[in-house]
Amino acid sequence: MNDIPGDLKFLKSHEWARMEDDGTVTVGISEHAQGQLGDLVYVELPSVGDSVDAGNACAVVESVKAASDVYSPVSGNIIKVNDALADKPETINEDAFGDGWIFRVKPSNPAEMDELLTPDDYAEQIENDSN
Amino acid sequence: MTQCTVLNDAHRRLGARMVDFGGWDMPLNYGSQIDEHHQVRRDAGMFDVSHMTVVDLRGDHVRAYLRHLLANNVDKLRKPGKALYTCMLDKAGGVIDDLIVYFLDESFFRVVVNAATRAKDLQWITAQAAAFGVSVSERRDLAMIAVQGPNARERVHALVHPAEREQVQKLARFCACEAGALFIARTGYTGEDGYEIMVPLHLAEELWDKLLAVGVKPAGLGARDTLRLEAGMALYGQDMDETTTPLEAGLGWTLALDPPDRDFVGRSALESQLSTGVARQMIGLLLDDKGVLRHGQRVITANGDGEVLSGTFSPSIGKSIAFARVPAGDPGAVTVDIRGRTMSVRVVALPFVRDGKVRV
Repeated sequence: MNDIPGDLKFLKSHEWARMEDDGTVTVGISEHAQGQLGDLVYVELPSVGDSVDAGNACAVVESVKAASDVYSPVSGNIIKVNDALADKPETINEDAFGDGWIFRVKPSNPAEMDELLTPDDYAEQIENDSN
Repeated sequence: MTQCTVLNDAHRRLGARMVDFGGWDMPLNYGSQIDEHHQVRRDAGMFDVSHMTVVDLRGDHVRAYLRHLLANNVDKLRKPGKALYTCMLDKAGGVIDDLIVYFLDESFFRVVVNAATRAKDLQWITAQAAAFGVSVSERRDLAMIAVQGPNARERVHALVHPAEREQVQKLARFCACEAGALFIARTGYTGEDGYEIMVPLHLAEELWDKLLAVGVKPAGLGARDTLRLEAGMALYGQDMDETTTPLEAGLGWTLALDPPDRDFVGRSALESQLSTGVARQMIGLLLDDKGVLRHGQRVITANGDGEVLSGTFSPSIGKSIAFARVPAGDPGAVTVDIRGRTMSVRVVALPFVRDGKVRV
């Protein structure tokens, strides 16, 4: 069973998004994704101020095993990145839904959040993937 | 159909993430492959390598047979138990597989070949054996556990029956002995000291549990790959195969061209390659910048392009390392195309790490 926080939304490609109280959206990769990738060794972060489109790659997480693009779940501008990941990429392995967040977006179209998968839908998807 | 080793349940109980490896359901890691890597470099870890293929070769002419079959010379093996690393070539000099051969007595040698190449190896070994009257018998009744690391040997010694302990303790590197039901070889695939232990299937789990109890931690195929790459050891299928000769795969040191009258399979192809010049070479690469060198990436040298063979992140160095096959000659300043970015790499001598020490 997955312990997926109820306030998260997901892309099929395993990114999570959380609408914060201030209207910004925090983005990371799921617990399931970090487990699939294994030990992370590098994270390539976007730059603050970058504009991103929903569904476009804007970060890279790289494990011993593979490199994987991270897609933004929403469009907007990057307002913050998790600089701590540069020295400690393993934070994503240890706390994918918490301290392992990757970047924060000021969304240009908050309604895009409604198009993302709910925790239940996402849990079902990864269940199906493993069968 | 996926095959399971006799330790499959033990891996699952330990929470292993299992993957398909050459048709076998094997542990990739038991949590963090980087932790498992450091465990082997700093203390002692163990790997289930029961998927590997153990083959016993018996007959009055078995030495002559192996002189013909293998590119290294089994005449280097005179003391019972002594082992040799070698390639087995086809007539064109291409590598059918790499293997370890153990000399046990004049009518009995044992070889250990890769799991993924099992069928073609057995076919080839058997086809060549007929003319020498050698019998080929696969030992599917044996499991194999590799215990590796600076403290690996003493952990194993504690478990060996006192009557057999001394002979195990005295084993020189690349030598093996029988100890009760166990066949213990001081060999490995990590660049650390340690043993590879062949054990009858019905005793394998008990041995695994005893090793756990004396503090040997399980390590998966993920750590095995980063350890062997740091140690400069080739992986069949990735670093060499039938399309490469040992001379193009950094394995020239395993070829025994003396005496000149030993007529082993592939010899004439190697000699003609040596006389016309070997067009490609294997080199070691180190990336100082962030990024990971991976299999198939394009390598740009002064003499033309090559490609990354095995590439990974080195936990011991904290940077990415790789083997690459490139055109012969001084490669000059080398760059690699990593996900569309051209990055400078350093050409370094192998191994990257040996006996716990970084050498680059």
